[in-house]
Formats: sequence, C-alpha cells, structure tokens
Amino acid sequence: MRSQKIGTVAFWSLVVALLTYMTLPTIVVLMTSVNPTEILAFPPQGVSFDWYVKAVTYPDFRIAFKNGLIVTACASTLALIVGSAFAWLIHHYDFRGRGLLEGVLWSPLIIPHFTLGFGFLLLGGAFGVQQGYVMIVLAHMVLVMPFVTRAVHVSLANIDPALARAAANLGASPFQVLTRITLPLVVPGMAGGWLIAAVLSLTEFTASLYVTGSRTQTLPVAMYNYIREYADPTVSAISALLIIATTLIMLVADRTIGLRRVLAIDTH
Amino acid sequence: MTETAIIHPSKEAGSAVDIVRVRKDFGSAVGVADVSLTIRNGEFVTLLGPSGCGKSTLLGMIAGFVTPTAGKIVVDGADITDLEPYRRDIGMVFQSYALFPHMNVHDNIAFGLRMRKLPAAQVEKEVARAIAMMKLEGFEARRVRQLSGGQQQRVALARAIVIRPKVLLLDEPLSALDKNLRAQMQVELSELHRKTGLTTIFVTHDQGEALSLSDRIVVMNKGAVQQVAAPIELYRQPANGFVASFIGEINALPPGRCELKDGTASLVLPGVGPLVFPTAPATGFAPGRQVRAFLRPEHVRPVLAGEAGPNVVTGKVEAHIYQGSHTITRVVVEGIGLVETRVTGAEIVASAPVGASLGLAFDLSEAVLLDTAD
Repeated sequence: MRSQKIGTVAFWSLVVALLTYMTLPTIVVLMTSVNPTEILAFPPQGVSFDWYVKAVTYPDFRIAFKNGLIVTACASTLALIVGSAFAWLIHHYDFRGRGLLEGVLWSPLIIPHFTLGFGFLLLGGAFGVQQGYVMIVLAHMVLVMPFVTRAVHVSLANIDPALARAAANLGASPFQVLTRITLPLVVPGMAGGWLIAAVLSLTEFTASLYVTGSRTQTLPVAMYNYIREYADPTVSAISALLIIATTLIMLVADRTIGLRRVLAIDTH
Repeated sequence: MTETAIIHPSKEAGSAVDIVRVRKDFGSAVGVADVSLTIRNGEFVTLLGPSGCGKSTLLGMIAGFVTPTAGKIVVDGADITDLEPYRRDIGMVFQSYALFPHMNVHDNIAFGLRMRKLPAAQVEKEVARAIAMMKLEGFEARRVRQLSGGQQQRVALARAIVIRPKVLLLDEPLSALDKNLRAQMQVELSELHRKTGLTTIFVTHDQGEALSLSDRIVVMNKGAVQQVAAPIELYRQPANGFVASFIGEINALPPGRCELKDGTASLVLPGVGPLVFPTAPATGFAPGRQVRAFLRPEHVRPVLAGEAGPNVVTGKVEAHIYQGSHTITRVVVEGIGLVETRVTGAEIVASAPVGASLGLAFDLSEAVLLDTAD
C-alpha cells in the first residue's frame, strides 16, 4: 500500500516536472511581455499592455508580418499542390525509386534548416537570384513539403479501396470517382496539411535568416533583428501574439476538419 | 407475385448470367480454373467454399473488377467480358458495405441514380421506394457512420437495388454482423429476393447461410467448381469427398468393397466386416466396386452395449460435444477410426461416459458412396 502511494507521488512529480520543463521558457517570455518598465525582467514588476500596442504598431513588424503572410500563402499552397501530387504518386504506384523519392521528401526533417537556408543562398548566388520573395518561397516550400505530403498520403491511405469500386459499380466513371469520392475524402487532409505548413512557414526562423533581404524579412527575422538592438518587452509581446494566433488556428482547424484525425495523431 | 413487377416489368424466363470457361491466373497460381455456369433469371445462386477457393475472384470478374485470363461472361445476352465496371448495370453489396462516409443515407442511395443522370424528381421517387423497401424511413439525413451494422447493411442493399441492376452480387455481406443479426438479415435477404425477383449471386464461406438462402449452391475449391446443386440434393448427394465434408458434418468410412450375395447388398470393410444395406443400396453401388461410404452423424445410432445386430460396431467414447438440443458423441472404432453420432438431448453424456464402450448402429440407407479417388 505504502509503496503504491510512493509510486503515485513519484509518477505525478515526474509529469509535473516534464510539463514545467516543456512550457517554462514560453511562460517566462509571456510573463515578461507584461512588464511595465523597459527591461526584460522576470518575474515582471507589474502588469501593462503597452508593449503589445508598440508591437502591433512598430513599422518593421507590420511589414515583416505582411511579408510573412505573402510567403506563407505562396509556399504552403505550392507545397500543397506539389506535395499532393507526390502523395498520389507514392500511394498509387509502386515504381523503381519510390523509396528514394520518399526519402528525399522526408529529408527536410533531418537536414538542419541552417543548411537548407545556406544552400538556397549559395544556389541563389550561382544563378543570380537575389534574396527576396522567390528565394524565401522556394526555401519554405521545401521545408514544409514533408508535412503536406504526409497529411495527404495518410488521408489517401485511410480511404477504403472498396469505395472506389462501389462508386464504379454504381456507374461512376474513373473521373467521377475522383471528383465525387476520392477528392471530397482527401480535402480535410489537404486542408490540415496546408495549415500545418502555414504555421511552420509563419514561424520559421533559421533558414529564413539567410534567404530574406532587409525589405523581405519575415516576422521571426524581424524579431531577431529587433532584439539585437533593443532589449525591451516588445519582442515578448509579439511572441505572445504569434503563439496565441497559431494556437487559435490549430484549435479551429481541429474543431472544423478534425486535425488530429487528419494528421493521424488519432489512429481511428 | 405482383411485387416482382416492381423491378423487372418484362422479363421472360431464361438465363441471366452465362459464365463460359472463365479462367483467372495469378502469375503461375490458378485463381479460377475454367468455370462454366449458367444462372437463370430470378435465381438465387450461392458461391460457397473455403477462403481462397476462387469464389470472390469469380464475383470480381462478374462485377468487372478482375479481368479474366480467358473465357467469357454474358449477362442478359450481352457479352460483358471487356466492359468497364461502371457500364455493367450490376448491383453489388460489399463485405465492408463500402458506404460513402461523406454522404448521408439518402445521398448514398441516390448515388447510382444520379450517375445515370435521372431527373431529380425521379431520383427522389426511386430513393423513397428503396428506403421504404429496406425499412430505413427516418434515417435519410443520418451520416452512415452513425448507423448500426444492420442499418448499414440495409443502406448497402438499398443502394444496390435502387439502380434496378440486371444482377445483384452479394460479397459475404453477413460476415460482419453478430450471430442474432445475421439470422435476421438472412430472413430479410430472402424476403428481398422474393419481392424483387432479382437474379442474385451470393458469396459466402458459411454453409448454413448457403443452405438456407439458395435456390442452387455452387461449391468451389481450389478455383474449380466441385458441385452445382440445390441445397437438399447437395446435402444428401454430395458429388465428392470435399463437398461431403464441407457441407454439414459427415463420417468418412475407410474404403470398402461392394458385394451382392443372395440378394443382399453390403459394403465389406477390411477388418470390420460387412455392413448391410437395409433396402436398395444407395446410388453408386455396383458389385465389386471399391468405394468410400460417407454417413451423416444422424444416421449413426448409439445402441446398448452387448446389443448385437446387423451393422453394429463397438467403440470407445472419446468425447461428448453438448449442443443444447442435441449431443454429438465421438467414438473411436477399431478398423474405422473416429465416428460421430448425433442424438437428441443429453442423456448419452451420463449413460455412455468418456472411456466407456459404446455400440453404434450404421443406417446405410442414407449413405453416400463415392469413388475411392474422390
């Protein structure tokens, strides 16, 4: 009995310790964002939302946020189109080099973003492409491709193959099977993949540092440049806003399209 | 039979499906080996066999999902061997039901009619009729995931019959249901067949379903047809050892020789002696012929120890399998092997305990005599 109690206490202590360890850095940043004075103090010495006002009115952040949205929209959409095509190919055909293709598609998961960003920069130099939208979009597209491809691949694999046969049996031509059965069933997966890609692209920093120029910098890069010059809670405030925004996007996505199911986190 | 007219207003008797020397090879393995079969209009035919016997492959070829290596399939007089599945007008109920998860019950049933570009008003009329026929009123707007197994089954049936198919294919549609529901769906399938008069091809590995539902049963094994017969004939006159042991329980006696002496027909089993046929011997009897006799457990009667008589052998009780209304008792008989007897009630469990010796009287009037090679 006694040892069981000790076990329970040890278990919950471990859970609490793990949760604290994982969330503490974020909590610290969030708390410093409400500090009334101009220093990044922890714990905060009061509560003020002045830094939030500064964060949303600061011109560099506004431009960077707009840049980020443009890049995210383009990169995620392009990744969705190309990634869906690859997912379709991998799902439907068994061809020579399929394993290699899959490996290449997953590679951004193991190759450091630093390397990819640096590589794109060197490649751009060789082909005379400036740091700018084109280079950022191309880099982000590569970075988010594995997630989109996986989301679409999983939803394709989850479709009972008998559905296509049932539709054909009822008189649907192959094209009608695609538009009436397959597409409606993979759209949630595509939407989920696009959202994950968008969130990753919006918050990506390491690769973006190399491929953005001064006028095309995205929000995380702008935040980095800001904190190199000023050490006030504005960056904490903008961080908080970014976290809240992405959390909201994920929550809404989970409610509307069942994000967990789409991304195969829930296996049923 | 006025209800027959609902689906087939003008159908004269004749063959609905002709399968002519159809063959399917999978690489070097044979999936279906030169099967020929004629299915009459309005007939309920069951393809029965163990898994891997080729029954599902044959069904797939009729539906158009599997291309035959050789042979020809004719439906309603038209050769459909090379026709795409979506041009075949053949209804099908899948093992997993394959209901469209992104559509409600109504849209699932309407799908085939919409693919046929029927006017909306007519689609509604037909869907309403199918819904009424399958007792699905009130479920039209439900998502298919919210339905029970039995309801999903009825939606799958409604979706298949609403297009007025030339043939209805059922691919093990009852296997996903629990036992009670399965019995109920068997009755409903029977009723549906009677009401619509649809030519139906049913695939199953369950001999009980096959015996209770079918006009004729096609027993398959290893890609080949073993026997085509009505249920009663199949049970009483199996064409070979495979059919005999696949349909119901049966005792296979060791090979023996047919003898006719002084007007008495008997089967002489080496080491056991002659077993006498009570009246005229069964079909397949010919003096001097080597045969194997197959005998159902209900035709083996336990007798009191010491009771002598014709056709009585004695063995040792090995086990009792009590099944409520009756008991199957397994007896090991020297020279014959394991013999099962089936008696009503449970008295035998007490009167002939395991290990005791028990006399068995063989009633050869219902014996099936087959070639030793079969």
